[in-house]
Amino acid sequence: MSKTKTFKPDRDVKPWTGGYRPYDIAKELTVCILAVLVITIGLAVIFGSPDEKSVTIQSWSNANQVDFAQTAITELDGSSASATYGAPYNNVADTGQKIGPLALESWAGVTHPVDPPKDFVLGPLSTVTGAPGVQAALARYNAASPAQQAKWQKAYEDAVKNAKEVNGVLVVPPGPYGPVGPMIAYLTAMAKSGALDTSTVAQSGFFSTDYTKPLLFISDGAYLADLGTTHHLSGDQWGMMNETGSFPGQAWLWLYTMWYQVSPFNNANSAWGANADALIWALMMLLTVILALLPFIPGLRSIPRWTRIYRLIWRDYYKGRV
Amino acid sequence: MVAAIGVLLGALVNLSGPGHYVNWGFIQISYGNLIVIGLMVITFVAAIAIPFHRRGGRS
Amino acid sequence: MTATPQTDVASDPEVEKQWTTKIRKALVKALPPERLIPDRQPSYLSSWIYVFGALTIGALTWVIISGCVLALYGPTWWHTSSVGLFVNSTHLWSVELFFFFMVIHLWGKFFMAAWRGNRQLTWITGVVTFMISVGTAFTGYLSQTNFDSQWIATQAKDGINSTGAGAFFNVLNFGQMLMFHITLLPVAVLALTVLHVLMVRRRGIVPPFEVSAKPDATPAASAPAANEGGVA
Repeated sequence: MSKTKTFKPDRDVKPWTGGYRPYDIAKELTVCILAVLVITIGLAVIFGSPDEKSVTIQSWSNANQVDFAQTAITELDGSSASATYGAPYNNVADTGQKIGPLALESWAGVTHPVDPPKDFVLGPLSTVTGAPGVQAALARYNAASPAQQAKWQKAYEDAVKNAKEVNGVLVVPPGPYGPVGPMIAYLTAMAKSGALDTSTVAQSGFFSTDYTKPLLFISDGAYLADLGTTHHLSGDQWGMMNETGSFPGQAWLWLYTMWYQVSPFNNANSAWGANADALIWALMMLLTVILALLPFIPGLRSIPRWTRIYRLIWRDYYKGRV
Repeated sequence: MVAAIGVLLGALVNLSGPGHYVNWGFIQISYGNLIVIGLMVITFVAAIAIPFHRRGGRS
Repeated sequence: MTATPQTDVASDPEVEKQWTTKIRKALVKALPPERLIPDRQPSYLSSWIYVFGALTIGALTWVIISGCVLALYGPTWWHTSSVGLFVNSTHLWSVELFFFFMVIHLWGKFFMAAWRGNRQLTWITGVVTFMISVGTAFTGYLSQTNFDSQWIATQAKDGINSTGAGAFFNVLNFGQMLMFHITLLPVAVLALTVLHVLMVRRRGIVPPFEVSAKPDATPAASAPAANEGGVA
């Protein structure tokens, strides 16, 4: 039963009144499955797959204890990226990206609480036993006023800018940083021993598979970021579609990552750049909806007929007709 | 024998070294991705251009 | 004693009222066996581009099988076993092939305007399957338990958090991401693929554009023809 409406060639078809011929789709599917198996095994044997070893707080602090110490002080004084992130990790004013007036990030709230001074520094240090020097420093720090703590933190942050590694030992220039010096020094030693990897995960329980805290800690340092840049995986290197080494990556993410490379999204000082993640996501959602609803969009749905590539695809049929 | 199987199961071509990239204006693309995309375009064109002859030559 | 013939049972009004009977009749009416598994196709199907849907399904088959083998031994097996590394490689390359064939299939269907003739839902289910596949691959990369997983997690968190979704979907939570990857998302991909293929069977393969230059005055057929799907 056909409805009486105007025939639109980009929306409608005429019923097929032509011929049929036998076709073995079960055989076609079987051949396709087997062909793909051969190609897959071939590619796997020839190229293998990438496997760059994971970074741990231990491997990071052993590779670059200066970077570790410089990161640790920012965790203690609350100036690290994780400490100033906002939702979903912590409550920080004036954070969270917006799409126009929609502050979706902040509205979603803090659902994975992370408190860097406590979770990354003070908490692990408080578990230490048998090290009276560090335990005394920690007690002195905890007993001091916030204003005094801030003075020590600032002094350490200034001094650690010129820290060096000498014969495997972290050497920080002297300064009026009080107990913070020994605290960060001991934290660095804990990191190098692997104790921080265990404590940041185990805070969630023995069987925790949630690596939020150690990953946030590691990503606050320059070490992981430098590794990412070396492997060409940074956001400004089209990194989203790349893979480590020379392997092909996720080519299908080309459009998503492209927007991060262009103005105004790549200008961090503009409102567009500051909200780039949210705005680009919204843009990609819009483009996805347009792709899905293409059959209903006049003009766009006419492109196949205008470009006439179908003349090649159905050339046997058109030859028969002519 | 075990070593041979180990090599076979690993990789004959080592792609773990640093990658190479093509820079063209603001575009930066890895050789790997460029090859994949290039092969896709070639395959698409081939799929619509190469004749699909029916067995038995039925029209 | 003679057995009661099946036909007597079928015409029983009690049986006709049953949900089971009504569902079966509706399904068979929508997709009779010769349309569900046709043994012939319209003569205009004469191009290699038509093979790419089946190739995509072929790739998906090996994605799932290799994924199941990886699941048998756990998510860190492949770092310490050369057989595991090989299976991981087959999983990676079958995924690359899956996207390779699926996108070419998409290009072909676009240039055929395959949504014509009431096939919009076929197109839409295809696009949604594509998007969910991207998400499945994403959670897969997060499940590698190596540097790449760490990097992708710490980078992607900003994009996902910015939408508010990060409050629930925590890319730094390996356990959550792994379970999405091996249970929730594959089920979604499979269900949508089945739906997509059933839609193709129901509507038949889209016929060519008409080549006449004049605009056509004949009414459009918005329902698929009775003989679409192989019944002569």
